[in-house]
Amino acid sequence: MDTTVTNNDAEGTTWGGGNKPLRASYGKLMMWFFILSDALTFSGFLAAYGFSRFKFIDAWPIADEVFTHVPFIHGNFPMIYVAFMTFVLIMSSVTMVLAVDAGHHLKHKSVAFYMFLTIIGGIIFVGSQGWEWATFIKGDYGAVETKGGKILQFVDTDGNRMALGDFAITQVGEREQHLNKNGVWFSDEAAPTTYSIEEVKAGFEATPNALIRIQTLTENGEKTVLSREESLAKLAKDGKLVVEGANLIHNEYGAPLFADFFFFITGFHGFHVFSGVMINIIIFFNVVLGTYERRGHYEMVEKVGLYWHFVDLVWVFVFTFFYLV
Amino acid sequence: MAHEHKLAIFRGTLKFKNNIQKIWGVLIFLSIITAVEVVLGIIKPEFLIETTFIRMKLLNWIFIILTIVKAYYITWDFMHMRDEVKGLRRAVVWTGIFLISYLVFILLTEGDYIFEVYNTGFQSWNF
Repeated sequence: MDTTVTNNDAEGTTWGGGNKPLRASYGKLMMWFFILSDALTFSGFLAAYGFSRFKFIDAWPIADEVFTHVPFIHGNFPMIYVAFMTFVLIMSSVTMVLAVDAGHHLKHKSVAFYMFLTIIGGIIFVGSQGWEWATFIKGDYGAVETKGGKILQFVDTDGNRMALGDFAITQVGEREQHLNKNGVWFSDEAAPTTYSIEEVKAGFEATPNALIRIQTLTENGEKTVLSREESLAKLAKDGKLVVEGANLIHNEYGAPLFADFFFFITGFHGFHVFSGVMINIIIFFNVVLGTYERRGHYEMVEKVGLYWHFVDLVWVFVFTFFYLV
Repeated sequence: MAHEHKLAIFRGTLKFKNNIQKIWGVLIFLSIITAVEVVLGIIKPEFLIETTFIRMKLLNWIFIILTIVKAYYITWDFMHMRDEVKGLRRAVVWTGIFLISYLVFILLTEGDYIFEVYNTGFQSWNF
């Protein structure tokens, strides 16, 4: 424990570590070092996201159309759930800072209580993020990928999105998933999509009010919708693969890079929240057991507090650059 | 361990009686900013989308500035940067601001250049 608690043995000896040039303890200073380096890691991710977005600035997915779901409720609610998650995280930041404040006044019970609320907030946030991931991976309407890796989505003549199931015609076929037990061990394929590309193409031709929406943005920042003739020609000529949901290779919402960055950035952040919850639980038990009561100060709570606020700080930026801008 | 807290925010125009009140005050302020961001993100006022300033929509400028404001209050009041000495504050904040601005600048410039190459090149990417 000597390494985690700087005590006053070395006080007054300039080179013995007792001097505090920045009037912050060793532990807090090291936490700031870590936070700064972690901030640079996150900004590296976000700047790389910006790079890829600028590279495809005229065809990037619109976040409002991607994240539209709220658990247990059907309908189109862009932003609402992410705003809720942001609020939960800010709220848990507040309970954390209240725990730190109670620690300064050596109020043992309130520290434990506020730490407990912080942990609950963190768990709600991680759970929500898991749900976001699941919804994103499962997909919404489905789309068709072209030979060049572009995504074609379907709308009706009023501009409402159409799911593949709305128009695809089921055909009788014998296509089975190729598994590696049926041939050479290194060769297999992903599970087949609900509809094959032939079924989608046949259904599209038979549905007069179906149109194709390509990724290119118009001047108003909306996706371009092709005319019926252009749509038929485009799907027949370039359509190659049915995409449902998103993974690291295919993404029904648009550029695969969007999904890659979504998984990477929110995943890395979610991992931070998860570790934060774990650390908070350890500190919570230390508080309950009276470790800091005996030590005479609650600086440990302050240090994990810094980390927890940092996680909140990062989310503020992820929220802006992934969901708003 | 009882630290002295600086209890005024907004450059001293809003003073709080104690630290706990300040925490709730900052929470209310941050919640208002988040609400404004979400409402703007949903209605997307046409004026803010049509007007651009240095090649970026006014709306996006607003989002980014509000984000930095939020980051400021989280760092200053929740992470107690307001109560630290100047040396620590500057060492952390300016290092971050300098390196991050530099990184963002070079990566966005490069991304824009690649977009131009794709956009004006002879090769068709849309097939």
